[in-house]
Amino acid sequence: MSDTRLSVFKTYKLFVGGKFPRSESGRVYEVTDSKGRWLANAPQSSRKDARDAVVAARKAFGGWSGATAYNRGQVLYRVAEMLQGRREQFVREVGEAEGLSKSKAAVIVDAAIDRWVWYAGWTDKIAQIVGGANPVAGPYFNLSSPEPTGVVAVLAPQDSSFLGLVSVLAPVIATGNTAVVVTSESAPLPALSLGEVLATSDVPGGVVNLLSGRTAEIAAPLAAHQDVNAIDLAGADGVLAKELEIAAADNLKRVRRPQAVDWAAEPGTERLTAFLETKTVWHPAGAGGSAGSAY
Amino acid sequence: MTTMPTKFEYAPAPESRAVVDIAPSYGLFIDGEFTEAADGRVFKTVSPSSEEVLSEIAQAGEADVDRAVRAARKAFASWSALPGAERAKYLFRIARIIQERSRELAVLETLDNGKPIRETRDADLPLVAAHFFYYAGWADKLGHAGYGPDPRPLGVAGQVIPWNFPLLMLAWKIAPALATGNTVVLKPAETTPLSALFFADVCRQAGLPKGVVNILTGYGDAGAALVAHPDVNKVAFTGSTAVGKAIARSIAGTDKKVTLELGGKGANIVFDDAPVDQAVEGIVNGIFFNQGQVCCAGSRLLLQESVADEVLDALKRRLSTLRVGDPMDKNTDVGAINSAEQLARITALADSGEAEGAERWSPACELPSSGYWFAPTLFTGVTQAHRIAREEIFGPVLSVLTFRTPAEAVEKANNSQYGLSAGIWTEKGSRILSVANQLRAGVVWANTFNKFDPTSPFGGYKESGFGREGGRHGLEAYLDV
Repeated sequence: MSDTRLSVFKTYKLFVGGKFPRSESGRVYEVTDSKGRWLANAPQSSRKDARDAVVAARKAFGGWSGATAYNRGQVLYRVAEMLQGRREQFVREVGEAEGLSKSKAAVIVDAAIDRWVWYAGWTDKIAQIVGGANPVAGPYFNLSSPEPTGVVAVLAPQDSSFLGLVSVLAPVIATGNTAVVVTSESAPLPALSLGEVLATSDVPGGVVNLLSGRTAEIAAPLAAHQDVNAIDLAGADGVLAKELEIAAADNLKRVRRPQAVDWAAEPGTERLTAFLETKTVWHPAGAGGSAGSAY
Repeated sequence: MTTMPTKFEYAPAPESRAVVDIAPSYGLFIDGEFTEAADGRVFKTVSPSSEEVLSEIAQAGEADVDRAVRAARKAFASWSALPGAERAKYLFRIARIIQERSRELAVLETLDNGKPIRETRDADLPLVAAHFFYYAGWADKLGHAGYGPDPRPLGVAGQVIPWNFPLLMLAWKIAPALATGNTVVLKPAETTPLSALFFADVCRQAGLPKGVVNILTGYGDAGAALVAHPDVNKVAFTGSTAVGKAIARSIAGTDKKVTLELGGKGANIVFDDAPVDQAVEGIVNGIFFNQGQVCCAGSRLLLQESVADEVLDALKRRLSTLRVGDPMDKNTDVGAINSAEQLARITALADSGEAEGAERWSPACELPSSGYWFAPTLFTGVTQAHRIAREEIFGPVLSVLTFRTPAEAVEKANNSQYGLSAGIWTEKGSRILSVANQLRAGVVWANTFNKFDPTSPFGGYKESGFGREGGRHGLEAYLDV
């Protein structure tokens, strides 16, 4: 009897504010594998979904950026643990999404799991690498520390639906930013499934928000949004990237332009530092407690 | 009611102008030579404190921008190939020559800018020399800076600077650019071109190879042409947020790297346990240093309610002793506003403060009859919605607000499109660190204000721009990383 049993399809949903809503627009679009066979209907997010996701990301920013770096590291490591347990599922989804054999898809999923581990280890080290004491010429304590930029819009790579996605998302949240991610337009399913992993990995709701749909349609309101602090244009082509960079100038978002990346290579710290601000604090250190002044 | 102290009478103590020799006219500095603008246009630079014409200056146009960028490109090949230790020695030479000529340059800057000689002599010039000295030392140590074993320069840097700290902003731009092996085309502001042209002469004395530094005097159109030039690899701008946004738009879709150091509306927060006299000095320094024409000025004063009256009384007493007048007088605290345009902007915003219902106060002070002047001013009864609490005034105008709890102070301080600077006054260490942590600002001064140092990164959050100048961080903007 078992070979006549119908399998249960999954309804793929967005991941916003820790919940799994459909698009408020009620729209879906067909997602196929590399040979054009139907895989699922994915939510086609609207401008309103994008704005809702920004609200969720902003709400989560205080708690996530205020968490200890050690805590964020453990949460990111927990993501790797959960992914490891779902490895077979992601190998299948990535294989279907990217037209890869099982063994090639497994290499990609393993690399993505390891990438979470790599960034989990960075959370409590990056401040020591990029911050530090400055030897000013006067009796002052002076310390520079990195702080997260805020809400970061991330256009995930189009060509690498899972390893590419993880490679752009993990560094953003490792440093305490919160993210609104636009998934690969043609291959959104591994990203949407990642939402299910994040939801069970102690990642607070709203820290990561995943939107599937038409990249250009969702990216435009994010690039123009006054409460988004930065945008990673990895998933935009040249024409779209320029349009979005112009829109992003309206509130001086930090912009990371698209560039060719080998997702399999060790990432370095560049994506960690792209969305950090440097804060420098001064305090008088002389005269045993009397506060100084220039006058 | 506070009794206002009378000012001590001092005899005038003017610094001598004889130390500086200003020529009747200056050209653009391109490829190691002074040259007229291609279309022969000129403009006049005046002394803001007297409206006296100081000199006639070549006005760069698009053709001159192109010529300067080509000169910088040509010089880039050999300059970037020079061993770092040799580049370092040029920069050390420049630092030393600036020290030697610091009195001359201080007088020049005061004449052209209108700021007090006490500030150019004691703040601007020492910091200029220190900045070159600091970055000189980096030139042969870039592999140790945390940007990879052999970080490369970007190429030609197009740099546009403002009029509030003309020579210091030049130093912030040129020193790290040259140390990292880039060449430079720099446009100073149209109201303060002279010190950059004198710097060209410092480069000549230092024997700097021609084309490594090019100075284009002129207006915003020349700056825009420089930023947009296709052979510029790096754009560095300090100035208004509006122009910064225009620059960000104009370089969209290119490979140009950019740093923007823009406006601010810094909150200076005074808690009830702050040492009042010291806080008052810090407040005065925060908003009246350089006539308040400082992007990181503490232009919003947030007073804890329980001490608001006490601090305000002490502040008003202190303001009554400020000496406003001849910038060349060594006793002067507050000099001239840089230009008629800036004076008009300050006046309009201050008028809006009154129109919107805030209460205006200035000490009795007699302003000179010629030149551009604005009396130190403070507004009480300011709400967060008032324009004088939201917009950068860039003048000697302080907006005073109050708060009850640290959380309210933080919320009000962060309620701004800007995020450049902030101040905290309290004797409680844990409160300093907690509040400093929560402030969204690039520089936080605790129990001090307006301190600068070449080793200390400077730059903003939010719409105050991005990138850092100064320190190890300042190298990144000029390296291919």
